Amino acid sequence: MITKRIIPCLDVKDGRVVKGVNFLGLADVSSPVKLAKFYSDCGADELVFYDITASAEGRALFTDILTEVASTIFIPLTVGGGINSVDDFDRVLKCGADKVSVNSGALRDPSLIPAAAKRYGDQCVVLSVDAKRVDGRFRVFAKGGREDTGLDAIEWIKSGVANGAGEIVLNSIDTDGVKNGFDLEMLQAVCDVVDVPVIASGGAGCAEHFKTLFHTLPKVDAGLAASIFHFGEVSIPDLKRELAEDGIIMRV
Amino acid sequence: MIAIIDYGVGNLFSLKSSFAAIGAETVVTGEAAVIRSADKLILPGVGAFGDAAALLRRDGLDKLVCEEAASGKPLLGICLGMQLLFDDSLEYGRHEGLGLIPGSVRPIAEYIPEGYKIPHIGWNALRFPAGKPVSPLFRHIREGDCVYFVHSFCGAECGESVIASAEYGAELTAAVARGNVYGVQFHPEKSGNVGLNILRAFCEL
Repeated sequence: MITKRIIPCLDVKDGRVVKGVNFLGLADVSSPVKLAKFYSDCGADELVFYDITASAEGRALFTDILTEVASTIFIPLTVGGGINSVDDFDRVLKCGADKVSVNSGALRDPSLIPAAAKRYGDQCVVLSVDAKRVDGRFRVFAKGGREDTGLDAIEWIKSGVANGAGEIVLNSIDTDGVKNGFDLEMLQAVCDVVDVPVIASGGAGCAEHFKTLFHTLPKVDAGLAASIFHFGEVSIPDLKRELAEDGIIMRV
Repeated sequence: MIAIIDYGVGNLFSLKSSFAAIGAETVVTGEAAVIRSADKLILPGVGAFGDAAALLRRDGLDKLVCEEAASGKPLLGICLGMQLLFDDSLEYGRHEGLGLIPGSVRPIAEYIPEGYKIPHIGWNALRFPAGKPVSPLFRHIREGDCVYFVHSFCGAECGESVIASAEYGAELTAAVARGNVYGVQFHPEKSGNVGLNILRAFCEL
């Protein structure tokens, strides 16, 4: 059976990992290559890199870094951030990325999803959605969660999948950063309407939250987190072992 | 020297990098002379079977690959490259394969129960067929080790050629071999150390 996946997410700005990483015994904690190697060695099933660089020069640097990461580790890599066109897909795929994650770019131009899916296949296109409860509905937010688009998240995700998105990353703004567990209600609502893999993001604070996630929502394929892994609050090998002992199919 | 056959499909960056990581020298090439002089051959591939088979044929590489395989040179097909080794495929019409390994390529959907997502994508454990010696391709890994799959079609009717399978509502063909010709449905270049150990074993053949 396909294993559940544990995915650390790294934010990269101007070629360096930002948002604080704190590992004992890792000298250069802001080197994307060293961190990628660290995570790959400790059993991460996939890595996500978000390029939060604003400038064109920074983007070129990111491309170099990505090439170096992809020639160092041999697990699936997903890249997101600043993906606005099929050319952007081309740029990161040529550097060794396996999947490309779109968010604001697809909100601005929804035709990006079918265009990229046609060229590179559905399995390559990941639709990342930041969603939040507004008036009892799940609404899509843009610009890193700052701007209410007015779009219904469930409808947006359904149309994204119908247009060729092969995987969904659902980040709940309501639970993000709270460390009180994943947003099971929102995830359930998405799992009910799509049959592509769903990756849960936002809210993980401890191993127990991953257990609850996979036991409560068997249709969720992966759990994604950043700071709890970066700060060593949850160690990936321990987490995966614990989940496996709890009857969840893992790669251990 | 290992030749990674370049016939215009797919991105060969990760494959080349993974061989470099185990210290194996590779050349990415579509030139007949280079392919003939290589010790071993890799047939990669992603995308649709019909398009890939046509590209291979357009460059005359289909005959060359068959000749080289017949000469005893180790050949490893990866993902769509494995599927091309079979007799034919039913992906969007019927297409002829290289016929190096008996079998046919069929939609996964024909074999698995409802409720299983397609493509079969992610990490899945390898199972070795009972009562057969473990293939030399797997001499550095163990049964139950996970590898990374991305595919919607699979090898069928491969008979005795199956050297590994993966459980996904049905036993899907994960790897095949016939003499010096090997094929893996999964991506060893994306399967962490297990994948590198499979490539290492291929280099040692």
